[in-house]
Amino acid sequence: MTLALALEGVRKQYEDFALHDIDLVLPAGQVMGLVGVNGAGKSTLLRLLMGLIRADGGKVEVLGQRLPQAQVAVKRDIGYASDDMRLYRGQTLRWHMDFVRGIYPGWDEAYAQDLLKRFDLRPQQALGGFSHGQRVKALLLLIFARHPRLLLLDEPTTGLDPVARGEVLDALADVLRDEERSILFSSHNTADIEQIADAITFLHAGRIVASRDKESFLDGWRRILCRGAWTDALRQLPGLASVRDSAPLFEVKTGAFDASTLPALQALGYAIESVEPMSLEDIFVTTVRGGNNA
Amino acid sequence: MGHDLLLSPHSSTPMYVQIVEQVVAKVMAGEWKPGAPLPSIRELAADSRVSVITVKRAYLELERAGVIVTRQGKGSFVADALDATQALATQEFQGQLKGLLDAASKLGLDRRQIVERVEQALSAQADAAQSKNTNSDRRKPA
Repeated sequence: MTLALALEGVRKQYEDFALHDIDLVLPAGQVMGLVGVNGAGKSTLLRLLMGLIRADGGKVEVLGQRLPQAQVAVKRDIGYASDDMRLYRGQTLRWHMDFVRGIYPGWDEAYAQDLLKRFDLRPQQALGGFSHGQRVKALLLLIFARHPRLLLLDEPTTGLDPVARGEVLDALADVLRDEERSILFSSHNTADIEQIADAITFLHAGRIVASRDKESFLDGWRRILCRGAWTDALRQLPGLASVRDSAPLFEVKTGAFDASTLPALQALGYAIESVEPMSLEDIFVTTVRGGNNA
Repeated sequence: MGHDLLLSPHSSTPMYVQIVEQVVAKVMAGEWKPGAPLPSIRELAADSRVSVITVKRAYLELERAGVIVTRQGKGSFVADALDATQALATQEFQGQLKGLLDAASKLGLDRRQIVERVEQALSAQADAAQSKNTNSDRRKPA
């Protein structure tokens, strides 16, 4: 199995923030969504992978090559987008397209034209006149038209209106057709991640608190409403992340739901009222809060 | 054939189940004919804006249910008609069985109680069939 990226025990210390022991693997051809609150370390992690900053320790491998040694070679195959990237305000989008085309031999002009239409962008307009959403789409166009093997996208849909968000997600979905291409993207918007990601990683306070493939993730979490009397033994339920007491009703959220969960609750004398799957957002919030209580 | 599945991220039905249901519906309606190739996993994922792993899981379920067959290196195809009818009946049975178990867990029935009730229902069915016969037998002399 080829890996798009592999991190092992990666650390990075700042004065008031640190990434701790990051272990992360993304097989080629997969899409991973990185979920975390502001300041969780998502951008730092992406910048490490792009070689913009250097880890204090641990191993960073991108597209099978070790960073920082292979930085130059690897960057050719990576498309990185973040909010702090600047385009030239005085130049047109066409000028930018020709500039990128001159550097990257893989530039696909036909696809660039297609994206211009889909993103509803005017190539002859200077970037200074673009709205925020148009600037984001222009930057993504410049990256997508290179067909990089690995896309590192820091909050690609943040600040976009719903229509533009849909256009960007559609363009990301194009990448799914190619089994050699991989995406790692961060977002606050768990709905975006839930839709196209194969794997999901929760980052909180500089640590990975969960990283699993999406299907087993969503399968493993349930909100269970049950009726009965409080017993401390409820806290021993496998995977228990939260309990809310509204006697005689109790709301239980578990991240280790399986065939034995309901019998275990019944053995404690609870009648099951309902069992519901949870949204990624709910799972994320429950995980982060549960981690703080534990 | 129409590849576009109409999937909703807001439905309480998991995405992969929606895919399974819609493919089954297309096969049942004859839109997708026996032996016809299915879109590749990546094609369907890109067209329907869902993740590859979700489509993979749906195809695995469809394969297990016998609705589709996958040939190494050639992709997936709608299963032959005979298998499909059988498969759809199996699929329906599995669905109803799951519904039964869900309802049982709401009632708080344990394994033993569920099995007991299923056995009761089966013998009630057998009794009904028998008494129908006996009744008609009895009616004759009367």
